[in-house]
This record gives sequence, C-alpha cells and structure tokens, in this order.
Amino acid sequence: MSGKGRNGVDVPGRILGFLWNAWLPVVLLCAIWFASAGSQSFFFPSLERVVAATWQIWFAGGGIVTDLVPSLMRLLAGYAVAVLAGILFGTIMGLVPVMEVAARPVTEAARAVPGAALLPISMMFFGTGEAMKLSMIAFISTWPILLNTIEGVRSVDPTLRSVMETYHIRPWHRFRYGFLPAAAPQVFAGARISFAVAVAVMVIVEMFGTPGGIGFFIRHAQQTFQVVPMWTGLVMLGFFGYALNLLFRVLEKRILHWHYAMVAHSQGGQQ
Amino acid sequence: MTRSAPRTRSDFHPGPLSPGAPMAQAETILDISDVSFSYGSLPVLRGLNCRVRKGEFLCIVGPSGTGKTTLLQCLAGLRLPTGGSVVFNGKTVTEPPAALAVVFQDYSRSLMPWLTAEDNITLPLRSAGIDRDTRRERALRALEEVGLVGVEKKYPWQLSGGMQQRVAIARALAYQPAAIIMDEPFASVDAQTRADLEDLTLRVRDHFGITVVLVTHDIDEAVYLADRVMVLSGRPATVADLVDVDLGQQRDQIETKAMPEFARLRSHIYRLIRRPAKGGVG
Repeated sequence: MSGKGRNGVDVPGRILGFLWNAWLPVVLLCAIWFASAGSQSFFFPSLERVVAATWQIWFAGGGIVTDLVPSLMRLLAGYAVAVLAGILFGTIMGLVPVMEVAARPVTEAARAVPGAALLPISMMFFGTGEAMKLSMIAFISTWPILLNTIEGVRSVDPTLRSVMETYHIRPWHRFRYGFLPAAAPQVFAGARISFAVAVAVMVIVEMFGTPGGIGFFIRHAQQTFQVVPMWTGLVMLGFFGYALNLLFRVLEKRILHWHYAMVAHSQGGQQ
Repeated sequence: MTRSAPRTRSDFHPGPLSPGAPMAQAETILDISDVSFSYGSLPVLRGLNCRVRKGEFLCIVGPSGTGKTTLLQCLAGLRLPTGGSVVFNGKTVTEPPAALAVVFQDYSRSLMPWLTAEDNITLPLRSAGIDRDTRRERALRALEEVGLVGVEKKYPWQLSGGMQQRVAIARALAYQPAAIIMDEPFASVDAQTRADLEDLTLRVRDHFGITVVLVTHDIDEAVYLADRVMVLSGRPATVADLVDVDLGQQRDQIETKAMPEFARLRSHIYRLIRRPAKGGVG
C-alpha cells in the first residue's frame, strides 16, 4: 500500500480502514432509521424515539453514573481477578508440566461447563449481592486466559530457557523478562476472549442479582413494559462494548509493540 | 548520548593474559574427566578426558550427530554426565557455574526479541545485582568490543544475523566470565561474516585472556581458532585425538590458512573423523 510516511504511519490507509470499518454500521443504522420511522408498534419503537430516549435517560438523566459506572466497576474488578489468577496459575502450570497434567481434567471440565449454569450454585453460596456477581465474573472469565497462558509459557523456546539458566537470571526476572513477554501474544489472545466472556457474565448476573447496573436496568425495563428504555439499555451496551474493545486494542498495541514491530519488520524484509 | 572516554584495555576485564604466556604451565580451569553420557540406553559419549588450561582456546570438532552439543551441555551444567565428572574452577559442575558464559548457535532464539540489545546484555548483570550505571557502562563497552557502536537501543530483529551474534557475544563479555562456551556460534551466518566473527573471537580472547571452548563441525574453523582441538568420533563418541595447534598467537585468515602446518593438521583431523565411517559402523 502506498502513502506510507517516514514514521511508518500510513495515513490514507488509516482513513480508508476507518471507512471500511464504519460502512456497515452506518448503512444498517440508516436502514433501521427509515424502516422504523413513524413506527406504531409497541415492541419496535422508531429509532428516532430510542435515540432521543437514550439521550434523555443515560446522558441528560445521569444514567451513565447511576447504572453504567457500577457495571463497569464490577466488570473491571472481576476481570482483574481473572487476569491475575489466569496469568499466575497459567504460568505455574506452564512451567511445571506435572501440575498441568494433574489439573487438566479439572480445567477441561470447568471450561466445558456453560458459565450461566453456575448461577444457581453461586447464588446458593453467595446470595444475590456483589459477592455472587464478582465471583461469577472472575471465575468464568479466568478459563480462556488461563489456558492460553499455559500454552504460551509451555511453548517458550528451550534455547531461551538455557540462556536464562546459564546466565543465572533471577526467578522474578525470568518471569518478568522471559516467560511473560514470550507468552504475551498468546496471553493477550486469551485475555480478549476472557473479556468478552466477562461482559456477558456481567449482564447475566446483574439481571438475576440485586438491583443495580445496566443488566438490571434492561431486565427491569422489560418487566415493567418500558420498551423504549429497554432498547436504550441495549444501545448503551453496544457502545459500551465497542468502547472497551477499542481501549483493549490500544493497550495491546502498547504492551506488544515489539511483537507488532517485529512482525511488520519481517514482512517488510521479505518483499 | 555521551561517548565514553578512551581507556586502557585492562580496566574492562581484570588480568589479561600476557601474550605468549607459556600455556603448558597454566593451571587447569576446566577438567573433563572420564565423562560419559547416555540418553536412556543409548550411549552418546564414552570416557572423554581433557584438561582445559586457563586462557586456552579449545575447539571440539566432530561430525554432526556425534554428541558435541550434549558434551557442551554437560560442560555448561545444563545436563549432568551419566558417568565421570566435569570440574570447573575447582568445583564439580552440577548446575550452570556462575563464572561461565554460553553463546548459543541460534542467535535469533537466544536473544530476547522484546528487549533492546542493551537490555539483553544487561539483564544477567541486573540479576546479579549490579547497579544501573555499571550495567550500562559494561554493556556499551562490550558492544564496542564486538564492533557494534550505536545499536544499543535497537531490537535484535532490527539487526543482521552477524550483528545479532555479536550482541550475544557482547552479552557473554559483559558478564565477565572466567570462560566462554560457544556452541557452533557461526553456523548460521554467511562465510564473510563467519570469518569476521572468528577473528573477533580471537581478538577478544587475546584481549581478556579468557578461556574459550568452542564446538564446531567445521575442521578449518577448529584449526584456525584453537590452541588445541579435541576430535570426537565414533558412536558413542570418544576422543580420537587431542591435537596441539602450533600456528602461533596471531592468526590471519589468509596467511594462517596457507601455512603447511595448517594443511597438515587439517588433513590429520579429517582422517580421524572419517575413519569410523569407512569401516561401516552403524
């Protein structure tokens, strides 16, 4: 592709990429807007009304602060536990094959059980409050990152292990500068799946738990026949997910900058 | 970026070997005594003996698959011999000795692609608890020593293969070991780079009086570099001969290789290596 600047930023390419990204949502939104214009249906209100209500409820009415922010906090707290636990146990299991083998039936089974099936059990132990919500988010979203970390650590090159042994690299440095960066591309792939899982679990536990959060808002609106507010909850969830995904990608680009640069470099060298 | 002031040779590494020191009188630094190794029931090495003197350049040569790398792993403490022992600096090797640095064949896998050249070199020093300024100074000097100035902020994959192996050698030098072990270090670079790296290794050895044990399958390379060549052959591998190389301290890619003695040693080792194969051992 042409137009590549000296600093490697491909400006026309970026604009083109953005347009390519945006065309489908824009087309769909326009289609829905005109198709639903003047809708008299109770279940499918016009997009115009939904957009106006979204502004009213979430932005002007402060719904972001009262319902979205608590959800976000919950999500981040549960997800943080999942990431830390996944990387910690994943590294241990990746380094000590015996432990991985011993734990495999459990990890395989736990991964195979649909997260939502754990909801009644979790409610039995933790009730319907924060403890249940956080433990569900953390527990269910741990598995993808755990399994990917195991794989990533296990596939660290034997030469690199020998280097760290012969140069007497300290255990913490081996983890921080050896195994963790080596496994990072795979850890991130797992973290991205874990994140999607965490968002889904968050919505579900909020629908079934004590009042509060966007999940509860959507369910409550539905049960009280407030169909337009219900739709606004879904719109916000869409924005919310998209924004978090963007944030995630920025973070990944920063932490794995060496990886992307290396890949770009090797591809550039082959032409 | 500040360039360091000129300095004398001796402030980088203590105790450079005076050129032409009588090798035979130097003390033993690495004692390979009756070393055998088997993978399960498959014997690979049998009864190897060699005393490596301080400051000596020993090349271990043998055809592919003779267990050269296995021997090297035993010397580096990455494997325990199944028979006999390796003694380094007066201590039996049961784990990688602290005063030993290893340069591996595959530079692309022995350097960390997520660290710059400088950080690759300083990581072992950091683990040893050496302060930041000293680390940086040692890294820059080691890079200068291997002929790489101004690449300390580059990532390994931004450098050519030969340059990457130079960074790996710089990492070994900055570690200031008593001995360096090299596993076919120049096998993955082109011929010209290979000759350059060979001369670099010789220069570094002269400079610091460091002991070098280098494994190679290339007979010319072994003779060109070594004070002594350990010839491995057979299955399991035994020491076919320990050949003294009398080609002087100063070697030159053209002149040394044109010497009659070079040709003689070369054919001598070549015959030693070829002999078992002719007998149809298998």
